[in-house]
Amino acid sequence: MVEIRVVSGTTESDLKTLGIPRAKLLSMLRKMILIRRFEEKVEELYLKMALITGPSHLYLGMEAIASGASEAIRDDDYVLATYRGHGHAVARGIPLAKAFAELMGRVDGSCKGLGGSMHVATWKEKNLLLATAIVGSNIPIAAGVALALKKKGSAQLVVAFFGDGATTSGAFNEGINLAAVWGVPAIFVCENNMYAMSLPNTRGISSKSIAERAVSYDILTFVADGNDPVSVFVAMTKAADLCRSGGGPCFVECRTYRMKGHGIYDKGEYRPQEEVKQWSSKDPIRLFESMLLAGRVVSAEQLQKMKEEIETELGEAIKKARTSPTPAFESLQDFVYPGGWNP
Amino acid sequence: MREITYLEAINEALAEALETRADAFLLGEDIGAYGGAFRVTSGLLQKFGPERVMDTPISEGAIVGAAIGASLMGMKPIAEIMYMDFLPLSMDQLVTHAAKLYFMSGGQLEAGFILRTQYSLGRAHGSQHSEFLPSWFFQAPGLKAAVPSTPYDAKGLLRAALKERGPVLLIESAMLYKSRGSVPDEYYEVPFGHADVKRKGKDVTIVAVSRMVPEALAAATKLLEVGIDAEVVDPRSILPLDRKTLVDSVRKTGRLVVTSDDMRTGGVGAEIAATVYEEAFDYLQSPLVRVCSPDLPIPFAPALEKEYMPNAEKIVQAIVKLVG
Repeated sequence: MVEIRVVSGTTESDLKTLGIPRAKLLSMLRKMILIRRFEEKVEELYLKMALITGPSHLYLGMEAIASGASEAIRDDDYVLATYRGHGHAVARGIPLAKAFAELMGRVDGSCKGLGGSMHVATWKEKNLLLATAIVGSNIPIAAGVALALKKKGSAQLVVAFFGDGATTSGAFNEGINLAAVWGVPAIFVCENNMYAMSLPNTRGISSKSIAERAVSYDILTFVADGNDPVSVFVAMTKAADLCRSGGGPCFVECRTYRMKGHGIYDKGEYRPQEEVKQWSSKDPIRLFESMLLAGRVVSAEQLQKMKEEIETELGEAIKKARTSPTPAFESLQDFVYPGGWNP
Repeated sequence: MREITYLEAINEALAEALETRADAFLLGEDIGAYGGAFRVTSGLLQKFGPERVMDTPISEGAIVGAAIGASLMGMKPIAEIMYMDFLPLSMDQLVTHAAKLYFMSGGQLEAGFILRTQYSLGRAHGSQHSEFLPSWFFQAPGLKAAVPSTPYDAKGLLRAALKERGPVLLIESAMLYKSRGSVPDEYYEVPFGHADVKRKGKDVTIVAVSRMVPEALAAATKLLEVGIDAEVVDPRSILPLDRKTLVDSVRKTGRLVVTSDDMRTGGVGAEIAATVYEEAFDYLQSPLVRVCSPDLPIPFAPALEKEYMPNAEKIVQAIVKLVG
């Protein structure tokens, strides 16, 4: 039986011993801030400007996971995201105007406005292969993607992100078991934000932890601090190395917390105030910023400049997205069958 | 022309796919050493090895999910779900994902895999191992689905399915596995969305689905004895449905009987009936008739199952009443 490996949160002194290149640390920080500001813009476009409607499941508070994970894998690796996928899309480098246009249902969106918020992280150019709106369903699909990679003798791998709620679905058991039986290069990343919509894990999951469920498939399992991009990066790097050497699949449980409700419309009032307060003191961006400032990885001026660039980038992307029209109703039939309707 | 069974025709097409396409592989429950619950994949493991003929655990959702994943990577998985009654366990992957991935990704994702299954009505397998559920897929645009009734069609549709860029569902009938028919040695395909007039006639159109095609042909032979010349049309694929051929036949004969093993209410027959009422109402000389299974779970007791099922005799009775 393999053991659960815990990658605890990083300290300033760890930064030096780990030897992660400065550029990578800065990239993680930039991605985290970009995701945070992207989501805050989404809230604004939704609540104040009514330019976005429908569900929008925000990634606020969970930025460290997508950022740390995306820095640990290669650009030619594959990612399967979820309905809470804005963070994965941004971390993976989707053109921001494409993302905003998709959220607004415009023809220049990543899915031509036919997918919406829950599928925005589908962008093949960046190997964002799919974003599912059905909890847990990307897990068996990841097993198939990884099987194809193994059959092709490729050194690439696939990362499937999902929440803690997915771990109680049948697809979780079927998909991880199949990937484990096949021994394929997939990393299953559970973003454990402690709630399946409104149901706390204490009432929804019987096992002592999600990692314990994963390790029962006899696959290497990590527990990372989901509010610390370096912890996620370290766990993901080890998992990726193992997958590339033929030892996959692996599992990484990232423990984190949603800053807000399940979707924009949800105020999250079912959560104890004490708990929300406690987690707000662990804001991943504030913690990482302070650590990098204290460790002189970044200066206050550099940080300020980075933030200004991000604001400009977001402003321009929104402006561009707004000019894109709604797709023509007549075009819908073209997207039912590849190659068109037969006969 | 040589005659082979429906089962042999499918086995040949699968072997041909594995032989000619490096990207093709089979996956499903007990398809390897066991050769498939019905022996459809018999001999393929021995010939192509376990990498190409993959036994899976009992995980119907993951079988289809993995087929989606591998097909998104440009491979051509051919998955098997042992009984159509187990297909509901795969519906999330098949309908909620595969069928609409191309659409909701704005044309980025193509899940070009094949899913084979069979229905066993007529084999006394009871309520959970006999169901024929084709009409569910009318609500799954993006999927193509076929219901072959002859060895020729079964092989030709499988070949055509290999060239599809999206997902294809092939529904076989276990009662037809031993039926024989002509299959040429030369290469041919049966395209999706093309119905086949299995017998030409002028007095009444019988639209027959899957196992009911040979029953309808037997009924047509009997009807000749009372001077009724029936035309038998086999839609072959239900998604896309070749409405034109069905409607043209009814416009010619003026009468319609639809026969299928699925239940009457909301079944394949209901959709065909609605199409004919919409597009050939003025040509109808009498109300149309559905000869289908009743709206009941399938009974086990063999005598009751026999009574439950549509057959040639029931078609003859319906038509004599209609024309008479």
